[in-house]
Amino acid sequence: MKFLRMRPGFGEQLIAEGDVEVAEEERELVDAFRRQLDLGMWAAVPTVRSDGRREAEMVRAFEEIPRDTGRVIFFPRAAGGAA
Amino acid sequence: MIVALSATAIVVLALLWEISMPWIDRRLEARRASRARRRTGDRGAAYDPGRERRAELRARELLRSCVNEEEWAMYRDLGFLRVWGSQSDPDGAGDLRGVDYAYLIYPHKPIVAYLPQTGRLLNEYCVEFPDETRPFGSPRLPDSDDVLAKWMALQGDERRIILEANLHLPGRQVDPRQVQRDLWRLGRWERERMARALRAGAEQLAEPADG
Repeated sequence: MKFLRMRPGFGEQLIAEGDVEVAEEERELVDAFRRQLDLGMWAAVPTVRSDGRREAEMVRAFEEIPRDTGRVIFFPRAAGGAA
Repeated sequence: MIVALSATAIVVLALLWEISMPWIDRRLEARRASRARRRTGDRGAAYDPGRERRAELRARELLRSCVNEEEWAMYRDLGFLRVWGSQSDPDGAGDLRGVDYAYLIYPHKPIVAYLPQTGRLLNEYCVEFPDETRPFGSPRLPDSDDVLAKWMALQGDERRIILEANLHLPGRQVDPRQVQRDLWRLGRWERERMARALRAGAEQLAEPADG
């Protein structure tokens, strides 16, 4: 599983990578996930439905991430713009 | 009387606290990031068109890998994405029950909600994804990252992003004539795409007979 973060001037950056079936790597992923949320990031998981349609799920906790997903994308949380 | 007024004041203060906390959090985060930059002597990197171009190319690849083929083609050809609204459940609550509606997503512009049946514009939802760490001085994501963030947020939790956005009537930031032109372009684009798909299907059916 890869954690990618959108950043100005970079596009996405790989911030963590690991196998959720390996306990130590899973712990590191959990820590990385919490760090990103603490920094005010939102997390989304790109998904594919059984009919092939692509969608996305927003996740608020590591446990909500499907175990078989390949990547989680972090991006800055939304703020009301140009009032 | 005094007790009632005090209770009311406490409730009002609690509500104000609840409302202002996210704003205070963001301001503190921005201030911390700004101090960190000053400490490290980073006065904000100069604008580098090459860097921004590379970032945009990476962002486009990420967008392409996440959205549907039709949506990618729409963004590539027209410069915006359409996402269908999900709150029009015929049995659901709210004004839009049973009515199809959709959003147009532009890079670094408000999300525009409209009724596809009539072309009527509903609202503008002004929303940004500012990265206050500002690695190169600007909090702005590359264009395609901004579009992907909006797409994922609308797909994954439409209500949440709509609640976070500033709601305005159409025309506040996006010219309604431009949106109407874009809707017309979208309609034409879809018809041409459909015609191409039909032609390709007919040719495929004809091939075995020729062979």
